[in-house]
Amino acid sequence: MQQTEAFRQRIHKALNNQQVRHNIRSVMNALTLKRAAQFPDSKQLELYRENASSIRQHALANQADLLELLEQNLMANGIQVHWAETAEQANEIVFSILKAAGARNVVKGKSMVTEEIGLNQYLESRNIDILESDLGEFIIQLAHEPPSHIVVPAIHKNRAEVAELFHKHFPELCYTEDIDELTLMARQILREKFAAADAGISGVNFAVAETGTLCLVENEGNGRLSTTAPDLHIAVTGIEKVVEKLSDVPQLLNMLTKSATGQPITTYFNMISKPRQPGEKDGPRYVHLVLLDNGRSRIRLDSALLDTLRCIRCGSCINHCPVYVQLGGHAYGTTYPGPIGSVLEPQLLGIDKIGTLTSACSLCGACGEACPVKIPLPKLINHLRAEAVSNRYDDDKVPGKGSMRSFNQALTWKTWQLIYANPWLYRLFSLLATRLRFLTPHRMGGWSKYRTIPRPARQSLQQIARQHGFANE
Amino acid sequence: MNTEAEKEIYFFGTCLVDLLYPNVGLSAMKLIRHLGVRVIFPANQGCCGQPAFNSGYRDEALHVARALMPCFPKNIPIIVPSASCAGMLKHQWPELFANQPDENLALNIASRTLELTEYLVEELDISLADLGNPIQVAIHSSCSALREMKVAVHIESLVRQLANVTVVEQQRKTECCGFGGTFSIKQPDISGAMVNEKTDALTATSAERVISQDCGCLMNIGGALEKQQSSQQQSHNQQPGLTTQHIAEFLWERCHAAD
Repeated sequence: MQQTEAFRQRIHKALNNQQVRHNIRSVMNALTLKRAAQFPDSKQLELYRENASSIRQHALANQADLLELLEQNLMANGIQVHWAETAEQANEIVFSILKAAGARNVVKGKSMVTEEIGLNQYLESRNIDILESDLGEFIIQLAHEPPSHIVVPAIHKNRAEVAELFHKHFPELCYTEDIDELTLMARQILREKFAAADAGISGVNFAVAETGTLCLVENEGNGRLSTTAPDLHIAVTGIEKVVEKLSDVPQLLNMLTKSATGQPITTYFNMISKPRQPGEKDGPRYVHLVLLDNGRSRIRLDSALLDTLRCIRCGSCINHCPVYVQLGGHAYGTTYPGPIGSVLEPQLLGIDKIGTLTSACSLCGACGEACPVKIPLPKLINHLRAEAVSNRYDDDKVPGKGSMRSFNQALTWKTWQLIYANPWLYRLFSLLATRLRFLTPHRMGGWSKYRTIPRPARQSLQQIARQHGFANE
Repeated sequence: MNTEAEKEIYFFGTCLVDLLYPNVGLSAMKLIRHLGVRVIFPANQGCCGQPAFNSGYRDEALHVARALMPCFPKNIPIIVPSASCAGMLKHQWPELFANQPDENLALNIASRTLELTEYLVEELDISLADLGNPIQVAIHSSCSALREMKVAVHIESLVRQLANVTVVEQQRKTECCGFGGTFSIKQPDISGAMVNEKTDALTATSAERVISQDCGCLMNIGGALEKQQSSQQQSHNQQPGLTTQHIAEFLWERCHAAD
């Protein structure tokens, strides 16, 4: 299968990159420790999680009504609302707003949903000069790379790599590997761009229906500048980001920042409710919100997978994933990596395109345990594995359902079933396996590349149990 | 349930133990019997269905799981020497059997399922007298024991009862060893990278043995250690190798070796 082979090659490349593995391991270590320090009381943590989870579940259950209310309140506040069913539509909407305003220079705050729809490439090909203003995003934009993590996008790069990158793109600035100096350089470059920008684009962390408020969580102030300095602000978000009440926000925010980076609160928290009002001296004159579906409505209708949409994009599942820490984000080949990526991407792009991601999981459960809104990620991954090889056809299910079923694999499991579901056959099988144990192969695919092969015992427990007088009833 | 004198349990050995590690099952059954509990080992037992369930083949898993059901007719506990297989019975069977005609029976079996160390500590309140020589061990907490069954505390408390055993802590103890059942076959290189980091963390300690409550993890970690040791031997690096052992065997060996 093409996607499996492509994934295998990306895995091979990732595992052979010791530098990146080292960078990622050290940062993930730090992030998980910082998170743990924010939740010293495990009972309290459980209460927080339960609470945040029920807020998100409530919002999903009432999503249609809440979105309607959100639109009403945003419009009443003077924010224009646009609906996009697909990525293409969202890109077109953003471009048409920019075009109508004559905007050429755009600054962006960090936003995963715009990565999901490929907004940068779309706008660049239409001669819009678009600049990522989050430091991590700025770095990978210079490197022409996608983010390798949803919260810390340039985490695969170390300071020397960043220094070289800056030196290459800004030879007029002197070479340094000092992080503070590098940050200062980026700041100088970005400040000029903010001042000259015609428009700012951002994502949204929570869209509050009750008040028509767009909440944006960030650390660098670039989000605030992107959404206040230019005359035009366009926010893009998935429809699942809607929550009911303003009073839901502190609880979700608490879980988001602590789970994401181990911060009790981020440096900046923006609540955008209106464009610039008469008499005000700053703020954008025009604010737009693009609400993107891109497959989310289908997920919401699938009761087995609905929990996917609870996600608040904190990245905690990624930080705790023992597979991600080996591979890094690029190996996944998708916008969202790690456990949430393995659950979300096959549903967005189709199992036939990227269902293979569900195999990159040992079902260890670390992600589910770390999720601040209690998404049962291992259960969802396992469910998608079943969807991938299902031979039952039905509509409105995950795109590409059943596309990973292979005759050989199905036959193997049927044979396994035949042996293990028939006690007499299993007894024959175990007799043969123990008697013929000397025939155990010395090599067995990928297993024996790293380990010896276990050999059947001389006698099975079945046989031994009777010799030791254990009853059979 | 029965009175103290008539306590009895079913023992579900698991497919891995049955064919590859029968001594683990035997040790576990002897430990339980030694505490005055009658142990029933139903002859028709096979597998809990987990390998197929975790590979997406749910129909096949269902058939195999269903074949196990008649082994446990009496309303007595079912003891499993593996947190992963116990977790399958206790937490995954309800999902696997949802809306099936025998759903209630599955839920009943799930409610009677206990992992071995959980049973020894919580139900039998076992007290151990260590007869063995001083030894340093590392405990590998399996993911199923930690997060699914939440019984990792019990292996810790059991080992700490042993007077001559010193427990040393390895780095990143709670991180998965990379086994994951069919994951180790489907993604051998990721799994290999994970187990190599696990063995690195373990060999960096002064432990002579790694103890766990899951044979899957032990097959993975032990197999990797053996592979590494055999290549070291070829390079004439003769050091006493770190070995692995299931908690049941370890406890029996320390406390009853002469029995």
